[in-house]
Amino acid sequence: MNAWRTVAMSEEFHAPGPGDFDYPPLFGWFTKPMLIVVLGTLVVGAFFYFASRRASIVPGKLQFAAEGFYGFVRNQIAADAIGREGIKYVPYLATLLAFLVALNISGIIPPLQFPATSKIAIPLFLAVISWVIYNYVGIRRQGFGGYFTNMMFPSGVPPLIYPLLAPIEFLSTVVFRPVTLTLRLTFNMFAGHLVLLLCILGGEFLLLHVRGLVGFSAGAVAILFGIVMTFFEGFIQLLQAYVFVLLSAIYIGGALTHDH
Amino acid sequence: MEGSLNMVGYGLAAIGPGVGIGLIFAAYISGVARQPEARSVLQGIAILGFALAEALAIIGIGLAFAL
Repeated sequence: MNAWRTVAMSEEFHAPGPGDFDYPPLFGWFTKPMLIVVLGTLVVGAFFYFASRRASIVPGKLQFAAEGFYGFVRNQIAADAIGREGIKYVPYLATLLAFLVALNISGIIPPLQFPATSKIAIPLFLAVISWVIYNYVGIRRQGFGGYFTNMMFPSGVPPLIYPLLAPIEFLSTVVFRPVTLTLRLTFNMFAGHLVLLLCILGGEFLLLHVRGLVGFSAGAVAILFGIVMTFFEGFIQLLQAYVFVLLSAIYIGGALTHDH
Repeated sequence: MEGSLNMVGYGLAAIGPGVGIGLIFAAYISGVARQPEARSVLQGIAILGFALAEALAIIGIGLAFAL
């Protein structure tokens, strides 16, 4: 302890924590996460507007990118998870994926460098939209009683299991699905941003505020690890946007079919 | 040194999902190794299983900060 104090001189390193996610307002009540949400919306809107404005049979570069994106959602997510009826839900799923990718990837884009989805309100709102859609679709397809009966009493199960299974299935569909959708995205982004903060701030502290070779080499390793983690975090951000959309599609598909 | 015992608890709690995710991807890799043409089918299932197992770890870190 004392040896560490003398190495670290008089200053002490303050590890990043949940407090680093509270930004002071830029002006009025407008904070940095809000700015990222607005920017993300504008970027996604502009991308699809300019990609589809002069749509031609032989696509240009932008149109090709948008068609590839839309085709990915249609063939890899909607067709696999929902089936033939999935085509109807592709506009929602594609918008959701584009919006989530824009908000997640802002965590590694230099001037922003904060994943807006690590604020729980944004994933919560999107999860509630998905929750409303799959419950509405299920109730419309199977009727109110039919939907809950098929959900809580799936066929092909011994009747003795029903007292145990019915409450679990009900809670899982109505409560746990939106909650886990929200928490999974929020805390993936939260934990990833915290790891990046720790690597970069800790590396900076070791490089600049700790004297000697030990501090310098440890700081260089920490900064390099931070760079590697930045790319890994970019991968995680794309993957989590995909997982959110895939699970939404699977829930919609499950509500459309009678037995899962 | 100061800190919260919550984080030690979260470290212990993350063992379970860690083992689970390892098993899921082990099964996915051996499945693709045996039948490379089944890759596209297995990928979606593997990611779904990964997401469900990961939810436990994520709920853990949420509670570690919240409680």
